[in-house]
Amino acid sequence: MSIKAFVVTIILVLASTQVGAVEPSEMLDDPVLEARAREISSGLRCVVCQNQSIDDSNADLARDMRILVRERLLAGNTNQQVLDYMVSRYGDFVLLSPPFKSSTYLLWFGPLLFVMFGLAALTMIFRKGRLQDRLQGSGRAMPLGDVPQLSKDEQRRLEKLLAENDRDKNGDTL
Amino acid sequence: MVYQQTAPEQNKRLMFFVPVIVFMTLAIYFAIGLTKDPSRLPSVLIDTPVEDFQLLPIKGRANPDREWGLETVDFKGEVSLVNIFGSWCISCQIEHPFLMQVKENTDVPIHGIDWREKNPDDGPNWLARKGDPYTLIGDDPDSKGSIAFGVTGAPETFVIDKNGVIRYKLIGPMDLKIWNETIFPIIEELRKQ
Repeated sequence: MSIKAFVVTIILVLASTQVGAVEPSEMLDDPVLEARAREISSGLRCVVCQNQSIDDSNADLARDMRILVRERLLAGNTNQQVLDYMVSRYGDFVLLSPPFKSSTYLLWFGPLLFVMFGLAALTMIFRKGRLQDRLQGSGRAMPLGDVPQLSKDEQRRLEKLLAENDRDKNGDTL
Repeated sequence: MVYQQTAPEQNKRLMFFVPVIVFMTLAIYFAIGLTKDPSRLPSVLIDTPVEDFQLLPIKGRANPDREWGLETVDFKGEVSLVNIFGSWCISCQIEHPFLMQVKENTDVPIHGIDWREKNPDDGPNWLARKGDPYTLIGDDPDSKGSIAFGVTGAPETFVIDKNGVIRYKLIGPMDLKIWNETIFPIIEELRKQ
């Protein structure tokens, strides 16, 4: 029972956010036009409160903008024409989702760009690790790239030193 | 032999500096952004003609020769200002004495848009009490005129050239400093055209 009450409460709370700030006196009689008005209003920024749509805001200017949206719909404007009018007065800022155009490419692709940078960096780091494993047989960090090549002399010295080292460990020198 | 490890070391340094530089660049941009007032939107209406609108006169300012209190054609012919105000607006009260000075000391017409008075008497009463600096006034109870000018708050003042094209937008109260440094030079420039 308490779970049922909880679910009902959640549903009611979620439903209440759908109401917005639209007052009954503002609503259009035609439900189709009213639905279009709601759709347009929820995408238009309240220029007074800025982080709310005019559908949500109870600022006076938001209310007047809602009414203007409805008047324009009644006058036969398409959704796009209404939006275009608001943009012509307030700029793209009035749209809650920024339009996709050349000046906003960085905004839209920026996050993707960062993810790609990150993936590239990760790939480089992992590749380096694996190559080092192969070269050294261990995961010890060492700069990679142009690993200096030993000359033949040096190679012989190295082998000699390693052989001595092995003997030390194994106690062969005794 | 010469131990050469410069290339990988450079790579390593690059891997360290690139994120730091990216971060610094973003931080600088955001820091500049923080100093800006987000309520001061740049107007997209600069250099566009005043939109077609008609506003009724406020009470006591009806003129039998005119149908409207303020309309688009009123901006044709001479350089003018249009000021969005309301008796409810505190900043407009601060600005008001300066507008009276402009009226008394210059020949620049200031038109008014009386925005969203709760009671149609409020605007006229306010002007009767404090003085009326406006040449023409339109009553704007439902924000039609204000939205036409892309207004987000009061007061806002626009400089309109003699062809009825918006040339400048001032957000907030005008004062002598702004007038001398910005508004009047623009008016003088526009008058020459």
